[in-house]
Amino acid sequence: MRDYETVIGLEVHAQLLTNAKIFCSCSAAFGLNPNTNTCPVCLGMPGVLPVLNGKIVDFGIRLGLALGCTIEKRNVFARKNYFYPDLPKGYQITQYENPLCTDGRLDIEVNGATKRIGIRRIHMEEDAGKSVHDESEPYSSIDFNRAGVPLLEIVTEPDLSSTQEAVSYLRELRRILMYLDICDGSMEEGSLRCDANLSVKEKGSGRLGTRTELKNMNSFKNVQKALEYEVERQTRLIESGSAVEQETLLWNALLGKTQSMRSKEESHDYRYFPDPDLIPVIVDDAWVERIADTLPELPAAKRRRFIEQYGLPAYDADQLTQTRALADYFEQCVSLYGTPKEVSNWIMTEVIRVLNEKNRDITELPVTPPMLVELLGLLKKGTVSGLMAKEVFTEMADTGRNAPAIIKSSGLEQVSDEDALAVLIKDVMAAHPKETAQYRAGKTQLLGFFVGEVMKASKGKANPKVAGNMIKEMLET
Amino acid sequence: MLDTARIYRKADITPVRHVGNLLDRIRKSSLNAFVSVNGPGALEQAELSGKAIEQGREDLLLGIPLAVKDNICTRGINTTCSSEILKDFVPTYDAHVVERLKARGAVIIGKTNLDEFAMGSTTNTSNIGPTKNPWDQTKTPGGSSGGSAAAVAAGLCSGALGSDTGGSVRQPASFCGITGLKPTYGTVSRYGLVAFASSLDQIGPMARSARDTAVLFDAVKGHDGRDSTSVPQEYDATSLDGIDLKGLRLGVPDIFFSEGLAHDVERSVRYAVSVFQELGAAIVPVDLPRIRYGVAVYYLIAPAEASSNLARYDGVRYGVRHGGEKDLFEMYCETRAKGFGREVKRRIMLGTYALSAGYYDAYYRKASQVRTLIIEDFRKAFEVCDIIAGPTVPVTAWGLNDMVDDPLSIYLLDIYTIPANLAGIPALSIPCGFGDNGMPIGLQLMAPAFMDHIILGAAITFQDHTKFHEVRP
Repeated sequence: MRDYETVIGLEVHAQLLTNAKIFCSCSAAFGLNPNTNTCPVCLGMPGVLPVLNGKIVDFGIRLGLALGCTIEKRNVFARKNYFYPDLPKGYQITQYENPLCTDGRLDIEVNGATKRIGIRRIHMEEDAGKSVHDESEPYSSIDFNRAGVPLLEIVTEPDLSSTQEAVSYLRELRRILMYLDICDGSMEEGSLRCDANLSVKEKGSGRLGTRTELKNMNSFKNVQKALEYEVERQTRLIESGSAVEQETLLWNALLGKTQSMRSKEESHDYRYFPDPDLIPVIVDDAWVERIADTLPELPAAKRRRFIEQYGLPAYDADQLTQTRALADYFEQCVSLYGTPKEVSNWIMTEVIRVLNEKNRDITELPVTPPMLVELLGLLKKGTVSGLMAKEVFTEMADTGRNAPAIIKSSGLEQVSDEDALAVLIKDVMAAHPKETAQYRAGKTQLLGFFVGEVMKASKGKANPKVAGNMIKEMLET
Repeated sequence: MLDTARIYRKADITPVRHVGNLLDRIRKSSLNAFVSVNGPGALEQAELSGKAIEQGREDLLLGIPLAVKDNICTRGINTTCSSEILKDFVPTYDAHVVERLKARGAVIIGKTNLDEFAMGSTTNTSNIGPTKNPWDQTKTPGGSSGGSAAAVAAGLCSGALGSDTGGSVRQPASFCGITGLKPTYGTVSRYGLVAFASSLDQIGPMARSARDTAVLFDAVKGHDGRDSTSVPQEYDATSLDGIDLKGLRLGVPDIFFSEGLAHDVERSVRYAVSVFQELGAAIVPVDLPRIRYGVAVYYLIAPAEASSNLARYDGVRYGVRHGGEKDLFEMYCETRAKGFGREVKRRIMLGTYALSAGYYDAYYRKASQVRTLIIEDFRKAFEVCDIIAGPTVPVTAWGLNDMVDDPLSIYLLDIYTIPANLAGIPALSIPCGFGDNGMPIGLQLMAPAFMDHIILGAAITFQDHTKFHEVRP
């Protein structure tokens, strides 16, 4: 078998977190009753006209700057003409010849190395409505709530050369969109959608293979599976001497395969032309500077800083910077408590565990950084054991109460009181005369056994360190 | 309009009586000028406005009966565009211009006939059949705002709104012997005007006199945030005293008097120019070399935009639906095949072709470039003159059944009106004589962008010294 190379370009659609739609004042919120967020403009009624929501341009510039793009000065909207029932005007308002952003890049980490992925263009456009097909009914329904919701389409150069790189790019782009507060990044709800162009060629060959376009991959897992499937399918075709056909494919997650949607011959002629209802949007330097001033620290920079400033391993830095809020949480804890690695361990294990279990965001966690730090302090002082601290934390996350209150009310406090421990130890020695004699005869490795018994007798509340020292002392005298 | 306002205040007749009389006349009229009549609504408004007049409110538009072209949306009143596909469509919103008129207490008496979706020059392509010219009912009133022009000329209303994409206000104004203005693009909001060709469409006022036209223009112009192409600026009211024509430089391009111009039209227009000269205007030669490409450019750009603007009539959300038993594609085909008339389909096909991959550069892009050259021609011409004058149409109104199978010949007759739409500049038509067949002839005046008040002022002065606009059919 010969060696093959994969060439992938991604087109990502990000729904923007604006209050209003792109060309009318309807709410852009997700999940409301069908057709309640509509007006004559987003329904494409006769005679009504689009008026641009300037916030969309702000958001586009934000992403463009984050990805190092050139920002277009004269932005023209175009009409992309095609017929579909969920497209109310019979055309989509988008950008064609002068996209808002061009010529950017996004660096991704693959196997420890950095790879630069070119961003060809980012443009603004409106979403279509949503067709709802009920197989048991002879008709389909349309929900126009989504019609006119603002989108940014982000198109890469064909720089991605593996499924792994594509997923990595998508994760990093999602993280940036969320850092910029312009998209909620939910692939499941469709606020982040990904299409791919993929081809396979013989290694080293200067000629690209025939590409297919893949749609309908609505989760990271599906993107990965669909791309892997398609790489294999195309490779097999080439190996067997057949030709790959240029076509648009839909990923069928249930069957785990790609299926033809339309061939090249059936592809649309979109008849793009400048939308005469909208005037060009002139983005001057002042506008760009105003947006540049509000850019937050981006994920890559934050990761680097966490490694340098806090001496964290790359893995920790990556985990802690998943979202801006989580990174902020970490930094607030460290500023109160110090010992970044210890804080990092706690967040990566306990905090993230609880968040995942409850499917919550860090901003919804009732345990504030001062509260977590208080618990870590009690742990360090020996007031609670490590195991108990985890229990206490779980309860803090459930109830929002602070650590001392929980420890007090549930009696989880460690017994470090020497008088109380001495009584326990005496009882244990009395109950195990054989082991006591063996220890005194020199079998000192039995210390662990005695600590264990004392812990059992104290129902886990004895401070093992203090108890250990006392057992040693009492057995040796 | 101004006359009616005076009569109301002299209490010779109340708005309710006047509007009631007009409604009777409209019902009895054989002109087919109206698609629908707003009987109860008009009388209700007349009642309210009559009370306001009694209470001493000064507004000139109170109780004034106006007609609105049926491609301008009226809340609760059918807005059909004279098309089968929208024959039952009732908007839930008023066009900006209608809001303005209602706020002033004007009476919307009815919706007037047009060529389907304003595509035509005769009203022949209307789904309810053509309107007749009140001067001679065997002749066309022109179009596409033929219903509005005929209604005004026949005295069925005091004024009317039309829309002008390539001459659709001015040409019927010329054919019906009234005054009609195509304002500067962006002066009057297009919100609620059913789009034909968005970069060319502009709503325009039509009335018997230039003075009335100016009053109506002032009522509907002004910025509207719902139309991105509406220019955000304040406008002064037009002076109803006219303007002093002394020293005015009137440009008269030779190209407007070339081959194809009927001799009776030329005679009347030359006479009108001489009136301007007598009133002190200086006649200057101007050159508009690229105007001759206007018709070709227009018939690429307008259909291209129309092919996209009319895509929304798909039978899915509103309007007429046909088919659908088989599949979606069949529903689209049936709905649009049966819902649109021949001329609309012709233009959708022309426009679709002009925008297609491989043809875009040769047609749409090239046409847009030539359009820029035409704008440049006007810019240069207006360096040496203040107003450009010429005929509105090369001929007078033709027979109702003439040229019905010869769209190209009709397209070519738009030669004088199209350039103002391409350049976005204001242009109006005023009566300036009668042809050998007794039909009215129009003089067209054009000015630089936002100089609408200058051509209206010149037209008022002209009409103060001529009687053409006072002759009634």
